[in-house]
Amino acid sequence: MSELKRTPLHAAHLKAGARMAPFAGWRMPVAYGSQIDEHHAVRRTAGMFDVSHMTIVDAAGPGAKAYLQRLLANDVARLDRRRGRFDCTALYSCMLDDRGGILDDLIVYRFAGDSYRLIVNAGTRDKDLAWLDDQVAGFNVDLTERKDLAMIAVQGPEARRVVAPLAPGEADVGALLPFTAVHAGGWMLARTGYTGEDGLEIMLPEQQAEAFWDALREHGVVPCGLGARDTLRLEAGMNLYGQDMDESVTPLECGLKWTVDFGGDRGFTGRRALEERLRAGASRVQAGLILQGRGVLRSGYPVASPAGEGVVTSGTFSPTLGRAIALARVPAGTGNPCHVFIRGRKLPVRVVKPPFVRNGSILVDLEPDD
Amino acid sequence: MSDIPENLKYTRDHEWIAETDDGTAVVGITDHAQEALGDLVFVELPEMHRDVETGDVCAVVESVKAASDVYSPVAGNIAEVNLALDESPELVNADPYGEGWLFRMTPASPADLEELLDAQAYERVLAEMDD
Repeated sequence: MSELKRTPLHAAHLKAGARMAPFAGWRMPVAYGSQIDEHHAVRRTAGMFDVSHMTIVDAAGPGAKAYLQRLLANDVARLDRRRGRFDCTALYSCMLDDRGGILDDLIVYRFAGDSYRLIVNAGTRDKDLAWLDDQVAGFNVDLTERKDLAMIAVQGPEARRVVAPLAPGEADVGALLPFTAVHAGGWMLARTGYTGEDGLEIMLPEQQAEAFWDALREHGVVPCGLGARDTLRLEAGMNLYGQDMDESVTPLECGLKWTVDFGGDRGFTGRRALEERLRAGASRVQAGLILQGRGVLRSGYPVASPAGEGVVTSGTFSPTLGRAIALARVPAGTGNPCHVFIRGRKLPVRVVKPPFVRNGSILVDLEPDD
Repeated sequence: MSDIPENLKYTRDHEWIAETDDGTAVVGITDHAQEALGDLVFVELPEMHRDVETGDVCAVVESVKAASDVYSPVAGNIAEVNLALDESPELVNADPYGEGWLFRMTPASPADLEELLDAQAYERVLAEMDD
């Protein structure tokens, strides 16, 4: 077992009394106190996450666009359209293998010209870098891992207002549109996130990370750990790689068909396999579940309905709903009634379409009439 | 540093046991256990009047993060369960040795309670875990 890696904010976490745990080869904060309080802070005001463990890769060169158009299931050509006055735009995509299996999910940002930045998962770093290198043959593109950058996500309805005076002067985060970014003073500030709230993901030189973190704290931003990050993303209906999807699953089976761009004849890796599956009709799909009684849903719990059997891929207790919620992989056509098995007991769940929560509001019907 | 009251008995599974004057024993999870689990959101309590053996799973405490079994510290019969936890599982976090108790049992053999760890021995269990 190799030594766990530490982010530039490690000392700050210990100082704040974080409970630390191993995650994807890193020593990361799980929670600083109550993870439910941290969750509510993001839904109601603003919270911040150290996400410096994530892997940042820059792709630059005249062949970068063509390379990414083959590598990614979503089409980076969409990033050529300016959004408002912002020329730095972001796109969510899966990276597939030849069978259409998901190697990873990522965010790709386009800077001016031929320059792109990919944010991939920490747990898949080695596999991803090997795949990126492997696929680069024939394209004029340079790949550079940016280990020199820290990354802090500031999320919540007040996030941009709080960050504005603390960011490099020329970065007008108040004017950013969703999925756009600004580059200023060696920082990149993007209006993206993994919580279902407004907010920013900020990449900055690692030497400046702790001072920025401390300044955010002084402005009332609540430090949040991986625990709250998981409940927030699950309420927002966002997949976690390695749990809701992996190489054995295509985007069609985990609710990500909308991220695959079949337009034109762009030959992205995995396209043929996905098209075959589309013709055959997906047999498994993703559904959201809400437990009707008391208890907590957990990954691996069996799901049963008249349509057949499925399984919970991510489950938790939703602090916003006050109920257990889950993402599940179920047979196509699964609806209500539906049940899960918790420690051998069959309990009713309600099947819903995720997300459960967006921008502080509950989007699912908790007390349906039917 | 977690709180380990002197007047209680403990198990290696991070449960505490309080002997009472009427011969019953109250069982809960330790401060260390509640802290490690994080925010509790659900407690599955044992059935009333159920006979249990030492080590039987008789309750489950679930935090946002994980589900954890609670074992019967000795053989006996379940005499009472803390129904307040149905509505307020967070009592276990706020007051693990008080309002956050889980259940009360009548030990089959009161002498079994003497076999449990005292506060010093439980403190050593925690210290060994840190090594």
